[in-house]
Amino acid sequence: MADKLFGKAMKRVEDPRFITGTGNYTDDMTLPGMVHAAMVRSPYAHARIKKIDVSKARSYPGVLAVITGQEMKDAGINGIPTGWLHPGIKTPPHYAITFDKARHVGDIVAAVIAETRQIAEDAAELVEVDYEPLPAVALGSDALKPGAPAVHDDVPDNVCFTWSIGDKAAVDAAFASAHKTVKLNLRNNRLVPNAMEPRASLAQYLKASDEYTLWTTSQNPHIHRLLIAAFIMGIPEHKLRVIAPDVGGGFGSKIYQYPEEIIVLYAAKKLNRPVKWTARRSESFVTDSHGRDHETVAEMAVDQSGKITAVRVDTIANMGAYLTTFAPAVPTYLYGCLLAGTYTTPHIYCHVTAPFTHTTPVDAYRGAGRPEATYLLERLVDVMAHELGMDPVEFRRKNLIPPDAFPYQTPVALQYDSGNYEANLDKALELVNYKALRQQQEEWRKQGRYMGIGVITFIEACGLAPSALVGSLGAQAGQWESALVRVMPTGKVEVFTGTHSHGQGHETAFAQVVADELQIPVEDVVLVHGDTGRMPYGWGSYGSRSAPTGLSAIVLATRKIIDKAKKIAAHLLEASPDDIVHEDGKFMVKGVPDKAKTFFDIALMAHLAHNYPADLEPGLEATHFYDPKNFVFPFGTHIAVVEVDPDTGKVKLLRYLSVDDCGPVINPLIADGQVHGGVAQGLGQALLEEAVYDKEGQILSGNFLEYTLPRADDMVQIEHDHTVTPCPHNPLGIKGIGEAGTIASTAAVANAVMDALRPFGIVHLDMPYTPEKVWRAIQATKPLSQAAD
Amino acid sequence: MPDKVQIKVTVNGVEHHNEVEPRLLLVHYLRETLGLTGTHVGCDTSQCGACTVHLDGQAVKSCTMFAVQADGCNLTTIEGLGSAGNLHPVQEGFWEMHGLQCGFCTPGMIMAAVDLLNKNPQPSEAEIRHALEGNLCRCTGYHNIVRAVQYAADKMAGKIGAAADD
Repeated sequence: MADKLFGKAMKRVEDPRFITGTGNYTDDMTLPGMVHAAMVRSPYAHARIKKIDVSKARSYPGVLAVITGQEMKDAGINGIPTGWLHPGIKTPPHYAITFDKARHVGDIVAAVIAETRQIAEDAAELVEVDYEPLPAVALGSDALKPGAPAVHDDVPDNVCFTWSIGDKAAVDAAFASAHKTVKLNLRNNRLVPNAMEPRASLAQYLKASDEYTLWTTSQNPHIHRLLIAAFIMGIPEHKLRVIAPDVGGGFGSKIYQYPEEIIVLYAAKKLNRPVKWTARRSESFVTDSHGRDHETVAEMAVDQSGKITAVRVDTIANMGAYLTTFAPAVPTYLYGCLLAGTYTTPHIYCHVTAPFTHTTPVDAYRGAGRPEATYLLERLVDVMAHELGMDPVEFRRKNLIPPDAFPYQTPVALQYDSGNYEANLDKALELVNYKALRQQQEEWRKQGRYMGIGVITFIEACGLAPSALVGSLGAQAGQWESALVRVMPTGKVEVFTGTHSHGQGHETAFAQVVADELQIPVEDVVLVHGDTGRMPYGWGSYGSRSAPTGLSAIVLATRKIIDKAKKIAAHLLEASPDDIVHEDGKFMVKGVPDKAKTFFDIALMAHLAHNYPADLEPGLEATHFYDPKNFVFPFGTHIAVVEVDPDTGKVKLLRYLSVDDCGPVINPLIADGQVHGGVAQGLGQALLEEAVYDKEGQILSGNFLEYTLPRADDMVQIEHDHTVTPCPHNPLGIKGIGEAGTIASTAAVANAVMDALRPFGIVHLDMPYTPEKVWRAIQATKPLSQAAD
Repeated sequence: MPDKVQIKVTVNGVEHHNEVEPRLLLVHYLRETLGLTGTHVGCDTSQCGACTVHLDGQAVKSCTMFAVQADGCNLTTIEGLGSAGNLHPVQEGFWEMHGLQCGFCTPGMIMAAVDLLNKNPQPSEAEIRHALEGNLCRCTGYHNIVRAVQYAADKMAGKIGAAADD
């Protein structure tokens, strides 16, 4: 038997298809008779639709149908619901095709179905929509002003919901008696997720069986099936199969139920032809749910000894024009509940107002709430440290939750199960050589060079659970996960998971663990994911839940397989199951290896059932539904080192070091890769990315010419290490790693840039730190002498 | 509808004769007419590079050309670069170094990297990053893409032996 694969940097089994161009993404698929959809989208952020004339488009050669919102409504197609409800939340309808008003640029007003994509797009331009443009509002705080244009007629004040957590009176008292307080007004810039694969959907309807199949770019096909079946289209759930084939990145943006999926399903039945739609990137920019977009007043109070006594936060979280699937959870439970961070802050209060605006919906984007929480907390910590004249690292150290305090109950609902923050911080400081960096910074400042060092510690809560808890908080979904492990007569193993891999390497990492558990070659294991027709059920992949929740389910299912295999082996060896051991890939009576049965022997006999225990079912497969006892709480320390060129305002990343703790690492190649990519995305928010809207609700950065993704030369090679603090409540002690990089790096880079600008007396700037913004900020100050600070 | 135009294109060593609309983009010709779906479309402004192919030995963004402009040309796409069991060193490097996650940018990234190594067989890290500026990746942070290209450069220079096939 080979060495254990857990912990091994195994090359990915997914890769051969991707590096040879033989992946199978939704837009790669062609079905016989397939036709194409193009959407007619509102160019206005807010407009009344007075009339739609489809006659020219309908008569264009090759056009098969022009579908309007009224037609779909008349056909009984309902709006798209949200999946998370707060008390008092307003949930105005979100129709796949709007028919009364357009509420954001990109809102669909008609769909053209034609023989080719080109014809569909040509004809979409022939649909004549008589719009009456109306005043629009794009910024959350503007939407809350008296007299602001209402996004939905039945929500005249635009307030979707308000939410709060924590003991406000205790927090106010702590501020009243504080030694020092700091206050920051923060704008957490709106981001566009921009997975490299644009969204695409292909629907097929089979008249003979009255069955639909939807291939779509999804992180969670079962959620789509449930929403479409139970709420939107009334298709019986067993008559709809949703398949997410190879998916080119998600980062949250492919969680949600989107209008186009409904439109292609409707059109496929209407025309009895398969219908495909693929987004252009400029459509992605206005229709994929955006991320972040907070306006926040954040305050921190400390006592004489430098201990944080309270944090007070008031946030306006822009929801956009409609609520997408998890939007209400993001600026609330995934945000306010994270405001303790890694610190012992005894009193925290967070209030959130979530307005509708005439913009693209905002929902979870990699990290989802947790980057926003980490950013504001770590900015406050740095500003407070400087206010106190303390090194920001020492101020953090003074406030870290000590290792003997776990399980640690925060004042904002979460109970951290495990952690060892100071050891993690120390490891990072040692690896980066923090003291030497500070000395170098001093020397550079004397030379007129502006280096900045950003050190942050962070916590994330991922793998939301248990289901009863998230249900009590408003989730309209379970958060358990299912696994089916099926052993074939030849001993080959199919593993079915309800999570979905769209870059995270589950086909490799999960197979490594299954091979270890069953003690079989990893080549004998295949992971099947992303198809409601094949696995028992699943809630998909987001919130770094796949390993802690999905893989835990798989492990527990493999253990059922082993238990049953032992019974079969005991029968064959005429022994008691209690005497059977599973070692070196074989089942044997302890101490009698020469009569051992192989996994193949057992698998074959389970299927033949010729020489078989009388009271045992034939076959060898096991299903497990796993509902975790708690979230998991990965943490870490990230350190960014930047240099700001005062003449151009350009920020250059010099070094980036992270020490993450995601528990035991299954495959370091994959785990480290998740951190690298996450760090780049977080850096993108800090330095480059922003969805900019004008006052009329037009997006001004709606394509890659204007919206800057990190490119290869914006990044450096990332220095990366781990500490290992296992999760105490799941079978492998594992925690998530998919979002850590993004949660941490925005704050680390932001603190580094602000540290670099400190000699200019600049305390805070809002992201992104573009050269122009930094240059203007420097020009607006009177530089201190170079030797100052 | 516009009149169609006859073109002759050699793709991955196979000659194709097709009638195409003059406005048909080369990437759509490859994907839709020839069924070579390894070349991807990631944007509509020629920024992302997912559609990078080689045209007469030079890397080009196939979304930025019409198919008719490739008339008489010799094209290589990711499908023609190497295959399982006979990978190009750059493909091997991406596999060995975990230079891809979701795989969507990967074909274009590989074709751009091959073009770099054809012109500069031993690039520095800075030269690699500069050469790949025209190709966006949202998953890897480019860290392992840089390592993949370095691996390929070393492999092509004979500094690395056969890859382990685990």
